Amino acid sequence: MKLTVAYGIGLLFETGIAISGMANPAKVINFFDVKGFWDPSLAFVMGGALLVTFIGYRAAFGLGAPLLETQFSLPTKSDLDFHLVGGSALFGIGWGIAGFCPGGALPALGTGNWNVLIFVSALVVGIWVVKWLQHVSSRSAPIEA
Amino acid sequence: MGATDVLAGLVVPDSKSDFAWRFAILFGMMTGPLVVMLVTGSFPTLQVPGSSVILALGGIIVGFGVTFGGGCTSGQGVCGMARLSSRSLVATITFMIATAATVYVLRHVLGVY
Repeated sequence: MKLTVAYGIGLLFETGIAISGMANPAKVINFFDVKGFWDPSLAFVMGGALLVTFIGYRAAFGLGAPLLETQFSLPTKSDLDFHLVGGSALFGIGWGIAGFCPGGALPALGTGNWNVLIFVSALVVGIWVVKWLQHVSSRSAPIEA
Repeated sequence: MGATDVLAGLVVPDSKSDFAWRFAILFGMMTGPLVVMLVTGSFPTLQVPGSSVILALGGIIVGFGVTFGGGCTSGQGVCGMARLSSRSLVATITFMIATAATVYVLRHVLGVY
């Protein structure tokens, strides 16, 4: 049951991404190209997603507990740190270079386009390297946390 | 929980049960374009402006950034902002500005694409 719902969530999310054009690097780059061929339409995708998610969260949290788990898993950090800002800035640079963000590239894998495979393979390497670095630093400096 | 977190949990799994639902979500994500094709008759348009080298470079930088920054467009920009998280607001403004600046430099200064 849980796996079927998980499958459906992934399918629904990325069908929306695919229809909206968020998975198309050229469209994404034009959205950010305020100085050139500006295509502001993707703002409606993010705005629409935000609105639905905002309402959905209110409804879900109103239940007190999730339907398929014993409790909600939500991020607990609230401080602004260098990792958050530096990491986000890096992500933006990468997004500008390739035109793919993770949520746009993962469904694009399903089209069998080999360019997407190159991007996602590199993405996985990047994620793995940082996870490994974080693992190593947490072992060598346990007091820092 | 955005696309980054689903993928990151598969790259470095915490537990076996965790792996199963993450894989189910990923599999659902990848079949999204197939649904689009079944309904409209064609896959969603994909126009990749850069070369393979640019995509690989961008992919590694995105991987570094989203893991250090704790999320991408869906995680910080949608899920986080919808919870009115100040961290997500800062992250989203930061990556939006960084992306626009990168596109400006690559397209209008360097002429890469």
